[in-house]
Amino acid sequence: MKIKKNIAVSENGFIFNPSSGESFSANPSGLEILNLLRQGHDKESILNHMGENYQTDSQTLERDLTDFIETARQYHLFEHEDE
Amino acid sequence: MTTKKRYERPVIKRLESNMPAKFGGRSNFEAVTHIENIAVGELISRFGSPLFVISEKRIRKLYKQARQAFETRYPRVQFAWSYKTNYLSAVCNVYHQEGSWAEVVSGFEYDKAISNGVEGSKIIFNGPDKTEEDLKKAITNQSLIHIDHLEELYMLQEIARSTRQRPKVAIRVNMDTGVYPMWDRFGFNYENGQAWDALNKIMYSGNMDLMGLHTHIGTFMLSPSAYAVAASKLAQLARMVQQKYDHEIKYIDMGGGFASRNTLKGAYLPGQDTNPHFDDFAEAISSALINSDYRPKTPPLLILETGRALIDDAAWLLGTVIANKRLSDGKRTTIVDFGVNVLFTSFWYDHRISPAQPFTAYTEDTVMYGPLCMNIDVIRENVSMPLLNKGDYVVVHSVGAYNMTQWMQFITLRPKVIMIDTEGNPHVIRQNEVLANLSSMEQIPPHLATFEL
Repeated sequence: MKIKKNIAVSENGFIFNPSSGESFSANPSGLEILNLLRQGHDKESILNHMGENYQTDSQTLERDLTDFIETARQYHLFEHEDE
Repeated sequence: MTTKKRYERPVIKRLESNMPAKFGGRSNFEAVTHIENIAVGELISRFGSPLFVISEKRIRKLYKQARQAFETRYPRVQFAWSYKTNYLSAVCNVYHQEGSWAEVVSGFEYDKAISNGVEGSKIIFNGPDKTEEDLKKAITNQSLIHIDHLEELYMLQEIARSTRQRPKVAIRVNMDTGVYPMWDRFGFNYENGQAWDALNKIMYSGNMDLMGLHTHIGTFMLSPSAYAVAASKLAQLARMVQQKYDHEIKYIDMGGGFASRNTLKGAYLPGQDTNPHFDDFAEAISSALINSDYRPKTPPLLILETGRALIDDAAWLLGTVIANKRLSDGKRTTIVDFGVNVLFTSFWYDHRISPAQPFTAYTEDTVMYGPLCMNIDVIRENVSMPLLNKGDYVVVHSVGAYNMTQWMQFITLRPKVIMIDTEGNPHVIRQNEVLANLSSMEQIPPHLATFEL
């Protein structure tokens, strides 16, 4: 589960896919997850990281992270082998 | 130890610059954390969720605005509280304290007004379904009976003959005011002569007192000019009665139908920015009456039965997010704990819904569903909402009209209604339903009392 290398992610959550010309925006927690994915973290590690840093429970985190990754996948932001 | 950050669910959204989406732009800019200085969370923890909250202060303020709009333009004005809009007794009594008469449309509402302590002579009895018993009671109490059809007129004549009492009556007049749809199912038509015919029947009968003329041209009216047309036509009828019978009409009742701040489904701009104010309606009606050819010794009393515009914006519905889901096409949905059975007006309006806790600038195009296991239970079909989490509170604005009378017990039980008084103290004015309320009305035949599974 890797973000495509050519996807540009700015520090304020603006995302650009040069191959499709599409752009996206992510909120701060979404941006944090995207950056963790770019660094190669897996889902488990992201869940741990988010749990340590945010006021929420693990069930909510797990559900929202799955939803976020699925949305990003539908937007073709991941490398092909993971799609 | 580091402090954990406030959680907002992660979201990624494609930026589109083509066709405008049906979800519209972002409409929430501030969280509504308090109602009349009481925290939404505190209200829900004390009284439960969902919860209707009515502000007594806001009711009185809206009433004063309406009264001022008319009284500064016309010499004799009387409001009559439209019971069907919200007949919780505490609500009715606020209006009665402010000087409103009662306007009712059924025997049940009539009895409610009497039990609230309204004098019979200050009750206006409208509607197509008045039984003989209702009419006898209203005649004895000298209430103002607004005749809807000829059958009612004949029944009144019969009662007047047999009881030797003189009913105080008006007729309801329907007419073309240039708006669509034309409300012609109630009362007698102006253009085809039915109304004039009914007035002649009343005057010839000799056993009824023709007191006034009444119309109610529509609901959620956005064109004040239509009221000017209606007022002119009623004034013309009054003049015809005066000329033919030397009889003065004592009042002209313009009914209600003034729009509140809500946004009708399909409207392009928000109602709070575009709907006419009391002043617009008052200017149209008062000018039409004052400039008419009807010039009696005493100007007729102008009666207004506006309901929605007086109460809608004085009430809120508080609720809680149950869950977030995605539909098969990826569309975000949020399920809240109040459905269309409680918020009936979500069939008519795109209700403004605000989160009750701080949120960021990020939004998602969302469908808001109620909790009912029924496909029709949609609170907002398309709304750009801030990111809500399970357990978050939401505030629905402008829910005071018709919800607390048209709500139904369906799948879930109806919630509490509280009123925050002018000192800021909350009072329960209607308890939430419990199973026993419903069971008490049911009976089980003996052979169905038991079963084995």
